[in-house]
Amino acid sequence: MTEPTHINHAQNCCDACCLKLENVSVRFSGEEILNNVSFHLHCGEIAALIGPNGAGKSSLFRSILEQIPYTGSINFSPAEGAVLRMSDAGLDGARGVRPHIGYVPQSPSFDRGDPLSVLDFFIASTTRWPVWLPIPKSLREQAKTCFARVHSEELLDRAMGALSGGQLQRVLIAMALEPLPQVLILDEPLSGVDIEGSRQLLDMLDEIRKTYDLSILLSTHDFATLDQFADKVLLLNRKILKCGTPDEVLSSPEFYNTFHLRLKKGGA
Amino acid sequence: MELWYSIVSILPFEWAKPDVMFFMKNALLAILVISPLFGLLSTMVVHSRMSFFSDALGHSAFTGMAIGAIFGLGDPTWAAVVFAVCFAILFNVVRRRSELASDTVIGVFSSTAVALGIFISTMGGRSFTKFNSILIGDILSVEPSKIAVLAIILLLVIALWLYSFNHLMLSAVHPALARSRGVNVFWQETLFSTAIAVVVTLSMTWVGLLVINSLLVLPAASARNISRNMAQYHLYSVLGAITAGVLGLMTSYELGSSAGAAITLYLSVFFMLTFLFRKKH
Repeated sequence: MTEPTHINHAQNCCDACCLKLENVSVRFSGEEILNNVSFHLHCGEIAALIGPNGAGKSSLFRSILEQIPYTGSINFSPAEGAVLRMSDAGLDGARGVRPHIGYVPQSPSFDRGDPLSVLDFFIASTTRWPVWLPIPKSLREQAKTCFARVHSEELLDRAMGALSGGQLQRVLIAMALEPLPQVLILDEPLSGVDIEGSRQLLDMLDEIRKTYDLSILLSTHDFATLDQFADKVLLLNRKILKCGTPDEVLSSPEFYNTFHLRLKKGGA
Repeated sequence: MELWYSIVSILPFEWAKPDVMFFMKNALLAILVISPLFGLLSTMVVHSRMSFFSDALGHSAFTGMAIGAIFGLGDPTWAAVVFAVCFAILFNVVRRRSELASDTVIGVFSSTAVALGIFISTMGGRSFTKFNSILIGDILSVEPSKIAVLAIILLLVIALWLYSFNHLMLSAVHPALARSRGVNVFWQETLFSTAIAVVVTLSMTWVGLLVINSLLVLPAASARNISRNMAQYHLYSVLGAITAGVLGLMTSYELGSSAGAAITLYLSVFFMLTFLFRKKH
């Protein structure tokens, strides 16, 4: 995998567009779910979020999506000249604005018999056209263009319930890319996807971040593939235990203490 | 109505002749308004697995009638609408706040509503039999002014469907995904359940409480068997509801049985037919 150009200035975030989390904490009925989580995510960067079940991965996503209350700050600094959808109110005045975030949830389940085609689902999520009426050709063409981004134009007329795990992820990603976001969040995109499907998905994410220069944050339990795609790995267990390259994190004592797994030489 | 009466007079039926049996002509018009209404609502009831909820709403509507009657209202229907809407909103709030499965919450609400209704309507040793008409329903007693109200409700539901259907569907499929796309899930769920509450309550007197839920389940359940996308799903559901409605009314006229029950039986046949010819995967 070739290194994207802006990784070089990723360390110095003043001159790159960047999603910044500073001291983000979340409490639910007295219990601390997230404790002072801080990290920066730059354009064109893929970060993988790993951690045991209950580590707060979903809560972290929901905080970034502004779906749950948190303390601390989550800001987005655009690169100079970048066009931002200002419909989302700025959180922090002139210094930061809310980015447009594409969200790919953990695979929702559809019944095989659901009379819901991929086209219906896409049009319902991305336009105001009521999908119970026949869908006009122009919208269909628009959808085709969006599905070309994930190389899946042939899925448009399939039923949502008949898709494989990998195909469903592609559909959800095509939806999350319309309109084009600055940050793409994927909740365990590799679960329920076979090895070949995972490889294709990861290649596609790599292509997407290069083409559209957007930041990608995904959670995964698949540690073996981390060094194939992730620029940065965040080990989370209520707080950030370790942050670094896949090698640095997988060989760290923090990783070993959390999972009792030794994937790389080193460790505790 | 004059226009309607003259249109109907073209039909080759004994009751369709000019200047006779206005009740039957009114009933036919009412069916043509009610059945697409239920055909439309049915698609979301089935899609979002709310058939048990709509059943419970019917029960709450009956309780509203009983409360309206005890306060001596001439027409307790509007008291029932208010009660059913409150019931729907309260249900959504409780379901949201509690960690119980939604069928459990529905069970709690449904049994409370029925018990309250029976308690109030039998207070002071009164007889329950005067509510029998609500249980069975009588489409032949529908008046033109009520048909006008139902027609307005139909237009409102079509407007809701044009404006909100996408968001309703997304909220049912995946609330978190819907929220990430700016949909207010709670508002959508409340709006939809309010719509069901109003429709069920207003048409209960004509269709009958015992079979009203079948009108909210069977059209879409049948359409689901043979549809591949949302447009087909709606088309078959609405067409099936209208066909069963008209056939049911004719049959009940010929045989003198309850129209609500006859319509439901036709819908059951529709379901069985579509089941036999269901789409293959």
